[in-house]
Amino acid sequence: MTNNPILAVRSLTKSFGGLVASKNINIDLYAGEIHALIGPNGAGKSTLIQQITGGLTSDEGEVYFDGQEISSLNTAARTRLGMGRTFQISSLAMEYTVLQNVVLGAIGFRGKVFDFFNNAMKDRELINRAETALVQVGLEDFRTYRTSDLSHGQRRQLEVAVALTLSPKAFLMDEPMAGLGAEGSKRLTGFLDELRKQAPILLIEHDMDAVFSLADRISVLVYGEIIATGSVDEIRQNPQVRSAYLGEEDTL
Amino acid sequence: MKKEMYLNIGLMALMLVVPLVAWVSDEPFWITLATRAVIFAIAGIGLNFALGFGGLVSFGHAAFFGLGGYAMGILAYHAQTYTPVFEWPFLLEGSKSMLLIWLVAIVVSALAALAIGALSLRTTGVYFIMITLAFGQMFYYFSISWSTYGGEDGLPIYVRNEFPGLNTMDPIQYFAICYVVLTLILILVHRMSQSSFGMMLQAARQNEKRVQAVGQTPYSLYLVAFTISGAITGLAGALFADLNRFVSPTMFSWHVSGEIMIFVILGGVGRVFGPLAGAALYILLEHTLGGLSEYWHIYLGALLLGVVLFTRGGIYGLFAGREVAHD
Ligand SMILES: Nc1ncnc2c1ncn2[C@@H]1O[C@H](COP(=O)(O)OP(=O)(O)OP(=O)(O)O)[C@@H](O)[C@H]1O
Ligand SMILES: [Mg+2]
Repeated sequence: MTNNPILAVRSLTKSFGGLVASKNINIDLYAGEIHALIGPNGAGKSTLIQQITGGLTSDEGEVYFDGQEISSLNTAARTRLGMGRTFQISSLAMEYTVLQNVVLGAIGFRGKVFDFFNNAMKDRELINRAETALVQVGLEDFRTYRTSDLSHGQRRQLEVAVALTLSPKAFLMDEPMAGLGAEGSKRLTGFLDELRKQAPILLIEHDMDAVFSLADRISVLVYGEIIATGSVDEIRQNPQVRSAYLGEEDTL
Repeated sequence: MKKEMYLNIGLMALMLVVPLVAWVSDEPFWITLATRAVIFAIAGIGLNFALGFGGLVSFGHAAFFGLGGYAMGILAYHAQTYTPVFEWPFLLEGSKSMLLIWLVAIVVSALAALAIGALSLRTTGVYFIMITLAFGQMFYYFSISWSTYGGEDGLPIYVRNEFPGLNTMDPIQYFAICYVVLTLILILVHRMSQSSFGMMLQAARQNEKRVQAVGQTPYSLYLVAFTISGAITGLAGALFADLNRFVSPTMFSWHVSGEIMIFVILGGVGRVFGPLAGAALYILLEHTLGGLSEYWHIYLGALLLGVVLFTRGGIYGLFAGREVAHD
């Protein structure tokens, strides 16, 4: 059934004390698409990603993934079902080399984590998968670097590489372009454009050039509520969006 | 990397040369010291598996050391008194076979570590330290009150247990047994540290979110690590009891937990051979400083402070540099 969304979020709500960070959110992610989630700082984008991936428990609502209700599963179980995500604030094993971090993803993908005797860094299957991902994001020359020695942009690329090793059914990326610079952003934009054929992407991004060139659909989140969902043109022309988020700028 | 390997080889050679020289020059005391160092090293390697690789600061490893010791004591005691350990639900006879005793020590301490870990690992940080300490103390007071096996006075075993083809009462032969066990455990732990499990465990120590984001549950990794860790320290306890031919509640005391932690910290947290360096240095200090003053622990404390403040990684950090991620 190609008409069913891979990811369906229904009425998700989450409050931190008096602050409602997400309110009655509905979002779908279909095969082949890049669905961009935009909104001002503090709108609740990262909170929503955490609710979807299991890092935060929602007060209300459900998440369906690949046809299955997953609201009660923890992060690890959701990952194993096929959610690949990148963090807004890089979350890597900082003492490991770049290659070791990607190998972690390859081990996770293979699933045989209780292997106590074979050297993981000499395992061809793991290394091949890891190196392929490094080449895809352009980090192959840094494989022996200690992760803590990478720049912020490179860490972001490494996050994407680890997610790639998981061959997920959907990607959830929280500002993957941040810190990449113009050249890096352009490269990653081109890469994500191709990647959507492998698996759809829920993309949080502040880089509007990237969003407008990549997104099939855009949802706009303001103060925890989705005020509009639509194509690039629809969102550009939506008066509510213009006043609430984008301002009355002509740049759109 | 290179330096670390030289240090490993040097240490292993030193631990072999000292008792051999002592044997040739007929100084059995030094053989016993070396044997103690080797056994303490094994206990430390056990703790290091949880502490160094998993970041689990257990202050209760005396529980496993003592369980290993009592596994030996109880089996040997029943063998020397010709009474069964228990008759129900099945008949268990005592034993003087070292290999069987080791097996029991490993299984019993692994099961205890599994149970203690399953409960303690629900907490983190200082709570984890306190709860593991509490479990250790529970075993301590229980052993004191268990009068069948000597209570506070402990349990002497008259003859060291038997090993096929060897005279275990000969110090150098018993040293050889312990040295081979140490070598096997070092190989095992080295391999585990580079395996998929070892990599994921060390990643969990660095960043639990990363591990979850590749589909793994830190709790399961920690629990398995803690169980393996307890089993290794338990085996060391059995060897220690056999060395002394005596077990007593002091094996369960929190001082022992602290000492095992000192071996790990002195040697270098998370370095496979670190506890061997730490235990050897500790025994050396205990012998030399202990001869000078009965308050030698003051000097030990000062040294420990120096290690923690200035070396950032114990003896291994000092001589072999910051750990470079394998390959
Ligand atoms: N754990 C938390 N406890 C309390 N408040 C939180 C917590 N996490 C987020 N918030 C609040 O919820 C709101 C939404 O935060 P969130 O990080 O989701 O925003 P965002 O849209 O990702 O912003 P940015 O674009 O800056 O990344 C903010 O006001 C934030 O301060
Ligand atoms: Mg955010």
